[in-house]
Amino acid sequence: MAEVCALGIDVGSTTAKIVGIDDKGHIVWHLLEQADPQVGKQVERFLELAREVTTTPSDPKDGGQKNGVPLIATGYGRKLVLQATRKVTEITCHARGIYRELGHGGTLVDIGGQDSKVIGISPKGEVIDFSMNDKCAAGTGRFLENTASRLGVALDRLGEVTLSTEEEVPISSTCTVFAESEVISLIAHGVATEPILRGLHRSLVKRVVAMIRSVGLRPPLMLSGGVVLNPAIPYLLQEETGEQVIIPHHPQLIGALGAALIGLDLLPKEI
Amino acid sequence: MNLVDSLRYHWNVNILGPSILRFSIWLREQTARRGWKSGNLAPPLKVSWRNKDLVTRHWLRGHYANQRSKVAWVTSGAPVELLKALDYYIVYPENHAAICGTARVAVDIMSEAEEAGYSQDICSYARTDFGTLFSGMTPVGKLPRPDLLLACTNICQTVLFWYRVLARHFNIPLIVIDTPFVYQSEASEHAVQFVLRQLEEAIPVAERVAGKSLEERRLEEVGRLSKLATELWLEIIERNQHRPAPISVIDQFIQMAPIVEMRGDAATVDFYAAMLKEVDERIAKGIGAVKGERKRLLWDNLPIWYRLRYIAEFLGEHGIAIVASTYTNAWGELAPFYKVERGLESFALACTYVILNRGTGHKLKTMQRMIEEYRLDGVILHSDRSCKPYSIGQMDQRDRLIREHEKPALLLEADHNDFRCFAEEQVANRLAAFVEMLER
Repeated sequence: MAEVCALGIDVGSTTAKIVGIDDKGHIVWHLLEQADPQVGKQVERFLELAREVTTTPSDPKDGGQKNGVPLIATGYGRKLVLQATRKVTEITCHARGIYRELGHGGTLVDIGGQDSKVIGISPKGEVIDFSMNDKCAAGTGRFLENTASRLGVALDRLGEVTLSTEEEVPISSTCTVFAESEVISLIAHGVATEPILRGLHRSLVKRVVAMIRSVGLRPPLMLSGGVVLNPAIPYLLQEETGEQVIIPHHPQLIGALGAALIGLDLLPKEI
Repeated sequence: MNLVDSLRYHWNVNILGPSILRFSIWLREQTARRGWKSGNLAPPLKVSWRNKDLVTRHWLRGHYANQRSKVAWVTSGAPVELLKALDYYIVYPENHAAICGTARVAVDIMSEAEEAGYSQDICSYARTDFGTLFSGMTPVGKLPRPDLLLACTNICQTVLFWYRVLARHFNIPLIVIDTPFVYQSEASEHAVQFVLRQLEEAIPVAERVAGKSLEERRLEEVGRLSKLATELWLEIIERNQHRPAPISVIDQFIQMAPIVEMRGDAATVDFYAAMLKEVDERIAKGIGAVKGERKRLLWDNLPIWYRLRYIAEFLGEHGIAIVASTYTNAWGELAPFYKVERGLESFALACTYVILNRGTGHKLKTMQRMIEEYRLDGVILHSDRSCKPYSIGQMDQRDRLIREHEKPALLLEADHNDFRCFAEEQVANRLAAFVEMLER
């Protein structure tokens, strides 16, 4: 395994990710776990594992700076990563990560567990504009997670079940809590699971499309975040926008990759 | 007022109150932190204590106002000069609500109004005012009971309903000045005449309640003082075209209290003259509101009163200064409309051309002009849940600023007085991402 030169950690609301990259910026090591409410302990465990696989591991005792590789933290829990060399927002990290992965600008949609964002990226990879979901979880993974649980469908089968039908029941509530009540009412009225699920997905995608419009769609349309693993999301997003959706190889690691790349910039350049 | 009451008034308002204030300011300078936590921010202006003194005396006088004069409650865009000239003691419920906001007691107070049945969707200033009305809760000690209400529709339509509640509660006369909306750059002649007629009709009502006649000379004097204070305020805020900007918009939000609630007073003119002098001294010495100023921003809409310090310090730490604002500018841009020689028409014009009574295009042009004149790097648009007239059009304005000026612009959702509409983490994240964009 190539030498890890920088680490990026993305502490999200649903999952925590750590990525190690070599001096060329390639991902050589990564971990992905469900987010632990005890962020400190989880980060500590991640760094212990990082020390096992990297030749120059980050040492939390020196803040990850003196003897170790740079560690850049991002995600909503970044402030709790005390070992971080720097803390950078998800917006900057995602833009950096996707530009590295795909090599062009455009509009990135990242749908996470409790947080969705749309980032306009220039042809040089700079953030031009961004939008994030409002104060509630509408338009995020949590919306599907909560409502789907009422239907008794496992998370990893959500997309498959959704795409198995052309039928769709409109869900009018964008609020996660109210949508759940709406689903219960539909079940009570004997509506089948599949059309309800499709309606739920449509509702989420429409919410995301509204965010895309507020930033302005600059093609191509790129998609990242854990919700991308659900095939119904890119399918419906493509349908709603009429744009081909591009998904990177590691859709869940884009933020952590961007963070690690920012870390790589901190290293002294060899002449 | 008998002799004992009069003595008590002078003792409290002119001797004891100001002395306690000065002692508390002195004590804070000696002991606690001076001004900001961040070392990147310049200390508060030296004239700040005069502002505190003016505001404190104003509210102290309020304690005794019902015994000494007639009291009027007015909206912030109302032609207050008419009432000043009749010696009314003036209360601006909006200003009082802002004080509650900065003191972080507004939500406790507005909860009283919500319990009485007023929806959380109503303006948080109105709810704060109703809360004080129903519970008596206020950080200024006591609000004097009004004898007259004056509401002008140039800031929003909420005031119509708000002041009707007040009129019913106190069972007193309400004067409404309805200002036709200015869609184009100029108000039509008949619109100004319409406002003028209403002012003419308002005078006998105000005179009857005051128990005295309006003297033309006195009105002219008050108008002259309003114009002078407004001109000085405009000069002060325009000094921020200098780099580094001598005074941040966050400072302006605090220092604007007299121009809003004491317009037409000689003391207000003196205060802003002293402030302009100090601002010029800062410029001469090269002192900026933010040390090592790197980026300069525009603020659109009302302040987030309960998070002023947080925003100033967060941006200040990154060498970012908010140097221009459509809101503080709104109290200065009216200066040319005060045409004292035109008598009452002068006030009709000043009422009509208030920013919120003009099309969204006017605000966009103001922001575009500010971007050039103040050499700005970005814009923060506070999408204020409570102030719909100010927030409408911000999405389009943001798009135009980004597209035509290539300046990053952030829409920040919050509320000027209700911290329950302020999502701490989300706001912090958006601000941090915006700062990273500016620094790229």
